[in-house]
Amino acid sequence: MPRLADVAKTIRSKNAGVDKITFDVIFPDLASYEKVRDSGTLSRDAVCRVFGIEPGRISDHVSFDAARAIKFTIYRRIPSGSPGDADVFGAQQYGPLLDLELPD
Amino acid sequence: MPMPISITHTRSANRTLRIVCPNGHLGFAPIKAGSFRIGCEAEPDLICADSGSCDVGPGPLGGDTSSSPLGWQTEDLETMLVASRRLGIPMIVGSAGDTGTNSRVDLFVGIIQELARKHRLAKFRIGYFYSELDKDALSRRLDSGEPVFGLDGRAPLDRETLDSTERVVAVAGIDPYVKLLDQGADVIIGGRSSDCAIFAAPAIRQGFPAALAYFYGKILECASFCCEPYGAKESVLGEITMDDIKVAAMLPEQRCTIASVAGHAMYERANPFYEYFLGGHIDMSECRYEQYDERTVRVVGPRYVPAAELRVKLEGSGKIGERYVGIVGVRDPYTIANIDEVTGWARRQVAERLGDGGYELHFSIYGRDAILGPNEPRRTAPAHELAVVVQGIAPTAAMAEEVAMIATRQMFYARLPQVKGTAGGVAFLLDEVMQASPAYRWTLNHTMRVSDPLELFPCCIVEAGL
Repeated sequence: MPRLADVAKTIRSKNAGVDKITFDVIFPDLASYEKVRDSGTLSRDAVCRVFGIEPGRISDHVSFDAARAIKFTIYRRIPSGSPGDADVFGAQQYGPLLDLELPD
Repeated sequence: MPMPISITHTRSANRTLRIVCPNGHLGFAPIKAGSFRIGCEAEPDLICADSGSCDVGPGPLGGDTSSSPLGWQTEDLETMLVASRRLGIPMIVGSAGDTGTNSRVDLFVGIIQELARKHRLAKFRIGYFYSELDKDALSRRLDSGEPVFGLDGRAPLDRETLDSTERVVAVAGIDPYVKLLDQGADVIIGGRSSDCAIFAAPAIRQGFPAALAYFYGKILECASFCCEPYGAKESVLGEITMDDIKVAAMLPEQRCTIASVAGHAMYERANPFYEYFLGGHIDMSECRYEQYDERTVRVVGPRYVPAAELRVKLEGSGKIGERYVGIVGVRDPYTIANIDEVTGWARRQVAERLGDGGYELHFSIYGRDAILGPNEPRRTAPAHELAVVVQGIAPTAAMAEEVAMIATRQMFYARLPQVKGTAGGVAFLLDEVMQASPAYRWTLNHTMRVSDPLELFPCCIVEAGL
């Protein structure tokens, strides 16, 4: 089975303000974008399963056709840069998404 | 041979406003000179760059410092100032010195004055405004009973949170920039402000539609982040008309594509369709992107939605304490499997000596879950070796050092019942703890009602040059 990292062009995470981290998964073409979008691999439920979070932790979850992107945003446990946070920019939170398996 | 860019051609009769943006975070990493020079040859009307970000964490705002080195800030300001005076066009810098506090505005104004002397520039006007909000003003607001609402799920501001806050900045919209341009400023140094306002202000002042103007700012503010292939700190050129905006890459090896510009529209924000600022927001859900030429993208269709009430965003940082850091490594698989017992032992030793409160102790376990914490799906399968970073935080440096030192050293002596290695439970990179910057936290991410978009942002003009 292909992994998300094999199909997506960009998989990234970054602060969206001080209390949220946003994730962008951008595809190289319309076909791969629509296939992943419709497969549910990155649905709200799937995101909750990957990160072990409750649905309420997701503030936004959208499909953005113009950019061929699936984008979601989660609330941080603690604000960026407060003691106990080890990712001030939120830039390495996307790691677990790379290995997500896609239907053939 | 670089590909052609239509908007560097001679201007049409249509009214346009062109802005070059050389850097998405002025001072954080230096401007690349080559693409900036190309941008300056394209008849720009202004040179604009944002210099601020919350991304650097609460430390710089709380401690009133910059995260960018003074040398790089000076270099970027020099690059922009020399070009702006040579071309006779204004330059605008927003959110001076990473945080946009008063001291950072004064710092940048001073640098501009110094550069004017160094280059023997003819007389020009520096406009600047402040964004810091006095804690007493916020205190009076609390006394009045009018709520200061929290953003992103935060509770309304209370007395305790305000008391624990060191410094607050308010995030300006376009208004102080418009006012200073009206007063004839050639160079503007802004306090904390919305990134897009820096670019939207001159466009709106000249009568371009607000929806396009704010979108124009949103696309330009990170410079070459809206281009491909990836390459930061390169210049981009934007053009706004009454009907559309266009953005072009200035580095010959880069292009703006529909994917790169649309992709950038969603960068660093919770939702790709809405951008909020003082006075309203833009709705980008109906934006249409078109490849205008090989390296230029044209966009139409953003909508401007004015706010029902003026609410200014506030950012505040509060000090938690002084901080020391220790680092240890672990290779024994049994110890790795029981690493929580080890940190628990160390924590109890600190408590035995210093009590349960009055300090903070944090363990980041690299190789297991330091980066994602409880969100890490693989935290039950740690690596064959771990690094544990210990942070001790306390009101005094001496106490923070002791917290970090006890915790770091006691991991060496951790008592695990079946451990084979009895000569030391961890590997020391350094048998010491190191002083780090003080620990701060974001205390305010709130909004406050204002009756006038200028009321928190006093504007000033000074002359510079000969």
